[in-house]
Amino acid sequence: MYKIEVREVDFWYGSSQVLHRIYLEMAPNTVTALIGPSGCGKSTLLRVLNRMNELIPGSHLRGDVCIDGRSIYGSDVDVYELRKRVGMVFQKPNPFPKSVYENVAFGLRIKGINHRSFIDEKVERTLRQVFLWEEVKDKLHKPALALSGGQQQRLCIARALAVEPSILLMDEPASSLDPISTAKLEELIYELKQTYTIVLVTHNMQQASRTSDRTAFLYKGNLIEYADTATFFTNPSSQSTQDYITGRFRNE
Amino acid sequence: MKRPAEKLIEALLQLSGWLTLGITFSVIGVLLVNAWGFFSSIPLLDFLLGTRWTPFSEQQAFGMWPLLLGTLLTALLAMALALPLGLLISIYLSEYANSSWRQVARPALDLLSAIPTVVYGFLALVFVTPALQFFFPGIERFNALSPGLVMGFMILPIITSISEDAMRSVPANLREAAFAMGASRWQVAWRVVLPAAFNGVTAAVILAFSRALGETMIVSIAAGQQPSFTLNPTVAIQTASSYIIQISLGDVSRSGTEYNTIFAVGIGLFVLTFALNNLSYWLRNRFKQIQA
Amino acid sequence: MNRQFIKMFEAFDRFGDWYDRQKRDNFAIYGLVFTLFVVSIVLGLFVYVSIAGFPRLGSRFFSGYASRIPEQAGILPALIGSLWVLVLVFIISFPLGLAAGIQLEKYVTNTRWARLLEVNITNLAGIPSVIYGLLGLQFFVRGMALGESVLGASLTLSLMVLPLVIVSTREALRMVPNSVSEAAYALGATKWQTIWYHALPIAFPGVVSGVLLAISRAIGEAAPLLVIGAVAFVPFSPASIFDYFTVLPVQIFFWATKPQASFLINASAAILVLLSLTLLLNLLAVRIRERWHKRIES
Repeated sequence: MYKIEVREVDFWYGSSQVLHRIYLEMAPNTVTALIGPSGCGKSTLLRVLNRMNELIPGSHLRGDVCIDGRSIYGSDVDVYELRKRVGMVFQKPNPFPKSVYENVAFGLRIKGINHRSFIDEKVERTLRQVFLWEEVKDKLHKPALALSGGQQQRLCIARALAVEPSILLMDEPASSLDPISTAKLEELIYELKQTYTIVLVTHNMQQASRTSDRTAFLYKGNLIEYADTATFFTNPSSQSTQDYITGRFRNE
Repeated sequence: MKRPAEKLIEALLQLSGWLTLGITFSVIGVLLVNAWGFFSSIPLLDFLLGTRWTPFSEQQAFGMWPLLLGTLLTALLAMALALPLGLLISIYLSEYANSSWRQVARPALDLLSAIPTVVYGFLALVFVTPALQFFFPGIERFNALSPGLVMGFMILPIITSISEDAMRSVPANLREAAFAMGASRWQVAWRVVLPAAFNGVTAAVILAFSRALGETMIVSIAAGQQPSFTLNPTVAIQTASSYIIQISLGDVSRSGTEYNTIFAVGIGLFVLTFALNNLSYWLRNRFKQIQA
Repeated sequence: MNRQFIKMFEAFDRFGDWYDRQKRDNFAIYGLVFTLFVVSIVLGLFVYVSIAGFPRLGSRFFSGYASRIPEQAGILPALIGSLWVLVLVFIISFPLGLAAGIQLEKYVTNTRWARLLEVNITNLAGIPSVIYGLLGLQFFVRGMALGESVLGASLTLSLMVLPLVIVSTREALRMVPNSVSEAAYALGATKWQTIWYHALPIAFPGVVSGVLLAISRAIGEAAPLLVIGAVAFVPFSPASIFDYFTVLPVQIFFWATKPQASFLINASAAILVLLSLTLLLNLLAVRIRERWHKRIES
């Protein structure tokens, strides 16, 4: 059974259509990369998966998305519960101006948990998961903004994981990081996929080929090709894909 | 090449800049000089520690506490109304309301602060006090609760406008992160935006409190003229500012210790509001620094 | 960010937890209710005062002088006094505030000095009005021997509203696009020429709007004038700026504190007049600013 199914999704911001008849399926515990030139709709597609687009007035979706076999756009769906099952990490790290501890604890507090020792344990566990524990264990109650960019991004991942999602959406998570932090992040993604299903938007094709199991190429809101990564990069079936990955693509 | 006329103009401009400093120094100077006259005959400790203020009775007493308590009481009552209401309204306008509603609400709130304070005082006496007496028969005609509540409305716009600005300037990506974790709008507002805007909001609260301390007409009309060492909101009291008005309107001879009490009281009021205003300013700047 | 601040946030969290336990996030409704509540208070105020004061409004009211009989007491001297004050405050505070605003915004380059002046102005704006009254009393009324006159009062009030004019001037100047000044400099204009012939004309409506708001504040003030020694039983209208006088808010104050209930009607009527004047000035200021904003955007 697929973890995520995107079924014939069309998406509009106001009157301009941004996604055209997208059909995708993602298996559990895999990393799926979404690549394409800027403006192709990959971030929009990502946000379709946790209904974050709804925060923008005038947005409108046709079609359906199913997670664990159940539609997430049904009228009985609690969007807040959905977002707790689908976590998101953003391009630029955005830790809250609070302590490291409180950042990770945030997800628990909004679930109504404030049992001190439970939170302590969870904080440690998620920080270990993102390989940040050793670096911050003495600074738990210091401001999160004092951490380096790479650490902040891992903190944001820990924060998202504390809510115990089953899916993790990552929108160009390494684009504001230096190469070493990026490498650490990619290692982390590899570790995390054993527990979570990950969808990764990136404009870095090497990153896509290094980290993902399957890759999707979007262009102007259309899904051009979707295949397992090895095939995708060595023997793409579409000419546009070939042009894009070899850099011959003209961005109109 | 600057013409001489231009040099003159620029000199005048410089002068006007100095003028603003001059005003502050004049205020401090006037207060100090005349308060000096007061404190050279009345020991400072009597003023600072005394609990009776009766400069015009047989048994003269010059303790500042009755006036201080009266001032604090009315200001705190005002804050008791304005703080929760102002905070909630700011959250609503910043995080919930759509822009057309905000465009109506904001000017309406600003209008509250444009109303002359005599009008508020009048309403406190004529409308609020009888209403309070209806619900709580024990309240005297002059009391602290009525002007306190009315002052709360007067200072409400101070809290809402500054707090709302502070909250709206919290970056959108923080809200996004919280929403993405499944936080509700309330949780985002209360647990992310408000803490992030904390400095700005506190600055607003302090400023509003300072304004309430210095307010004159509302209390002069509705609070009474009986300095007493009490925190009871149902009885008549007197604040520092309304004492100054009372003496100014009276026939006290223009020299002498009794008259100089208004400068002693004035300098106390000035010091208090000055300290609070500067604290508020410092907090707002720190907030802007944290933003950047 | 201090540890103390972080601890205070935990207090916020307790309230948040309590609210969350209520299950449904109805705050949109609560917030609307609160805001409507406050807005309707404003309206209720006008309604109440209108109803109370309306009976007294009439030609006798507007042309009458102070009297021991409420039905015969009028606001002519107070109205004339307020108009005098309005004009004088305008004349005094406009150029002073404009000059200081220009100085601060365009000429002061030393940031420490600029910050000091800025803090100072913020402080001036926060000084209680009675203190300005004390200043006016010692400085203008006695020190300059102007007596309890229209001039003394207007000077005092001008000082009080000066910070408002200065802040408006600065904000108005900031709205002028840099390209305008740059173009002028490129043509060889001096700083003052750039300001006077280019920046100021564009900023002008913003400044005027600020001055109008300042005046509307000034005519509503009673406290400083009571300290200076304005009285309410003025049997004539001031004919010169050195005369004794009274103004509307002071008249309202005295009527409101008289024991006879009938004077309260007078007070209501006078409040109507004062509020109308204040409202007029405020609306004018807002209109001017909105139109100016629109012109600047284009």
